[in-house]
Amino acid sequence: MGYTLNFAAVWRSFDQLLEGLLLSLGLAFISILIGVLIGLLVAFALTAKSGWVRRPAALYVTVIRNLPILVLVLFAYFALPQMGFRIGKVQSFIAVLSIYSGAYLAEVFRAGLLSIPKGLSEAGLAIGLRPMQIRASIIAPLMFRNVLPSLSSTVISLFKDTSLAAAIAVPELTFEARKINVESFRVIETWLVTSGLYVFTCVVLAALMRVVERRLAVPR
Amino acid sequence: MTDFTAFLDQIWIARLPILKGLGVTVSISLLAIIIGSLLGVLVGLCLVYGNPVLRFFVRVYTDFIRGTPVLVLVLASYYVLSTIGIDLGPFQAGVFALAIFCSSHVGEIVRGGLQAIPKGQTEAAKAIGLTFRQTFAYVLWPQALRQFLPAWVNTAAEMVKASTLLSVIGVAELLLRMQEIISRNFMSLQFYFFAGLLYFVINYGIERLGKYVERKTAVPS
Repeated sequence: MGYTLNFAAVWRSFDQLLEGLLLSLGLAFISILIGVLIGLLVAFALTAKSGWVRRPAALYVTVIRNLPILVLVLFAYFALPQMGFRIGKVQSFIAVLSIYSGAYLAEVFRAGLLSIPKGLSEAGLAIGLRPMQIRASIIAPLMFRNVLPSLSSTVISLFKDTSLAAAIAVPELTFEARKINVESFRVIETWLVTSGLYVFTCVVLAALMRVVERRLAVPR
Repeated sequence: MTDFTAFLDQIWIARLPILKGLGVTVSISLLAIIIGSLLGVLVGLCLVYGNPVLRFFVRVYTDFIRGTPVLVLVLASYYVLSTIGIDLGPFQAGVFALAIFCSSHVGEIVRGGLQAIPKGQTEAAKAIGLTFRQTFAYVLWPQALRQFLPAWVNTAAEMVKASTLLSVIGVAELLLRMQEIISRNFMSLQFYFFAGLLYFVINYGIERLGKYVERKTAVPS
């Protein structure tokens, strides 16, 4: 043994790590925004009466949820250009993470939609709202409040999934950590600080989501 | 159409690496889930029944693992273990990382399962004179098991998906084999699609198994 911890090299490149962390957060933020939109649409499709709407949505969710995200990331980065789509690695990663998060969020939202009493949409119909209006102004807002706890765990796991972008050399936190690891050989220190940053961010995200949850809680 | 026959041709040529990769993927996942589950049950028990000090440390452990991306766990254990003098190959280091990851998941599942059992059950067991050991073995554990079997099966699917991350540290599992094959024939579209298909088949099978277990273990109402 006789290993003495020396964080100097890691502190010297700490800016690099922070920049990586910022990029990770940015990737997660954009992807989740798009993912929420996809998830919302797919969740409404999943709960639709018509099988022609339901079945493709269910297929999308099943397929994406059963694929390793690394395969999706590599597929988008290496195979899409072959099909004639020329997009950068950041864009292709955002596309993948959006589609991936969409599938997970769709399941979250579906559960939320099912938890809303039918009487509410009937009441909406009774006062003359159109189905789209009922969805937008009655069901979706209530559903969002109901699913906030599971939404927050999905958001956190998606933030962690941004580390996969390192596999296609997007300079996010994990990629920067690898670089520092290789340059400095301060292996233990690098990975301790890196996981510390991830854990810290997850804790902060969870706390933020809890605040939102409390603010938006349905008064009882 | 000639494209497709060329693709089939390439699959046939690469059949042995693909099968070997599949074998490695399956063994990583199995090892990780077995070691991880054993560890995870321990973690869960500590979280529920440990004394405050033990509980604190186990909580820090699970929260730390759960807050760290699996890829970071994989990279960290690959680089760190060798630095502190534990000489493991990438395979062992990767399995170690996945087992640790699995243990935190299973730990939470076990904790949730045990804590979901109404307190009245323990009290009733006490009332009829069971010792704690007996209460646990005959009253609590069977009920918790029912709760967590479906979630545990899903964890198995998670492990298969996470096993792809070991390709990053050079374990020749299915995904890395596919990448090697692609680097020879440049059919990235087809072979990534094929890899996705294989993973889908495995995970979908596990998912169906999970649904089946859920139905079998559901409390008849």
